[in-house]
Amino acid sequence: MVKKGEWVRIHNVVLDASGRADRLPEDTKQVPLEMWTKGMLLEDAEIGDEVRVETAVGRIATGKLIEVHPYYTHSYGKFVPELITIDRQLRKIMYGGEK
Amino acid sequence: MALAKDYASVMGRSNEIMKTALGLDYQDFESGSVRFDYETLMKSTGYTLDEVSRIQTLTGVGHTPLWELRNISALSRKYAKPGYGARIFAKDEAANPSGSFKARRAATAVYHAKKLGYKGVIAATSGNYGAAVASQAAMQGLKCIIVQECYDSKGVGQPEIVEKARACEAYGAEVVQLTVGPELFYTFLSLLEDTGYFNASLYSPFGIAGVETLGYEIAMQCRETLGKDPEVVVCTNAGGGMITGTARGLIKAGATETEFIGASIDLTGLHMASDKQFNLKSCTTGHTGFGVPYATDPDHSDVPRSAARPLRYMDRYVYVTQGEVFYITEALANLDGLERGPAGNTALAAAFSLAQEYPEDAVIVISETEYTGAGKHIQPQLDFARSNGIDIHFGDPSEDKPGTNIVLPKDPGLIRYKEADIDRMRASLIRKSVQTHNPNPTAEDIAFLAEETKTDEAFVRSVLEQ
Repeated sequence: MVKKGEWVRIHNVVLDASGRADRLPEDTKQVPLEMWTKGMLLEDAEIGDEVRVETAVGRIATGKLIEVHPYYTHSYGKFVPELITIDRQLRKIMYGGEK
Repeated sequence: MALAKDYASVMGRSNEIMKTALGLDYQDFESGSVRFDYETLMKSTGYTLDEVSRIQTLTGVGHTPLWELRNISALSRKYAKPGYGARIFAKDEAANPSGSFKARRAATAVYHAKKLGYKGVIAATSGNYGAAVASQAAMQGLKCIIVQECYDSKGVGQPEIVEKARACEAYGAEVVQLTVGPELFYTFLSLLEDTGYFNASLYSPFGIAGVETLGYEIAMQCRETLGKDPEVVVCTNAGGGMITGTARGLIKAGATETEFIGASIDLTGLHMASDKQFNLKSCTTGHTGFGVPYATDPDHSDVPRSAARPLRYMDRYVYVTQGEVFYITEALANLDGLERGPAGNTALAAAFSLAQEYPEDAVIVISETEYTGAGKHIQPQLDFARSNGIDIHFGDPSEDKPGTNIVLPKDPGLIRYKEADIDRMRASLIRKSVQTHNPNPTAEDIAFLAEETKTDEAFVRSVLEQ
């Protein structure tokens, strides 16, 4: 169970695929428009329940509870060997290969 | 009685919601035909350039350094004929509080919102502007909601956009994230209506007036340190606000001889509203997916009439590739010791190539840098591209195919901008304006369209006769 007062992430379907705007590419028309926001859970609930949260601005938002204590995982990425090649090339052109 | 909140009902109240959320009635600027009074719209902010500068200074915005990129200039000179290879300077806008020039736009908008008594601000943006509005709202004590287009239907977010969500939250904002699609506007309107907050649109006159100080500072800094105005200013172009505001500021400073060149990453062929193609692009701004539609139809933004009108100011429009921008970003860090975000370096990639056409004593200024961070850096952006099946290799950037490959120039001499057909864009703007507002344009409309496209009435008439 997720306790009232926890910081959580909620999910909503804003528009079903059938309700999407005209003049969209075909692939986009086939999927719903989805929305996420975060806030403080206003009542005890289980993951998957429809809940109410108080967001950072104090707005009451409703949606499906999908995550507790959401956090970011974006990073500086994996090694990209091409960047070393660029660095070495630039130094060689500018400084004749010496440091 | 509660208002109906379905898609059609909310979109139907769009004009009303906008009027309430901007404190501006755009009808005041309309002629009833093609022409609208752009300069009166710009004056409607009620702030002079000096006042905007003072407002920005209150929150530490502006007065950023202008750096000469000596080593990148020297590298470019190696590929120019003798006596050629202009000096390249960068306005280090990353030094603004939120790490980009967008702080200038946000400072003015948020100040105005507060003055009018709004309790909060909302902006629809996946870019640096979100962090800028959130940072300004924090400083000026307003609430802030940022609405982002962030994920594809599999829930995979663009690392650059995810980073901006993190930054907005760090500044205390609520970030509402959506999957791909222009119906984001519906969510945006609905939030404006529910909260009564101010629409801190990128395209309001407040936003553009905020950029004028950037152009003004460039003119003053060049005069102080070089004794002249820059020959060329290159602006990364997406929504058009950068080049509009910068050019207006330079013109207000009296720099009437400076040439304004817009630069975008060429993403021709990728559809911006396509769910599948969303994560096949490796730069989320500064590209033609925004640059071209906003240049040819500025009024399809989140305000009835956009204050960002790039074709009014642009002398030339050039394209570079993702691979060229990534390469020059690495060069900026490695040769000139400035680690700055990739998208803002679009203008630098173009300037590197353009410089070779100008004499050694000519001055080319790129109007911005932006912060770099996790997700918003060449390594995660290239790694993300590779994980999405994009082929990354060294070669000739002319082999670039957006969504298929990223060609890193195998030699910096291969960084070559491509001239976009600006006359075609001008013609497109003229035709769209006429179609939308009046198929039988008046003499005043013709004069207006010449201003809109930095052309003359003969050009406008020739387009209309085609």
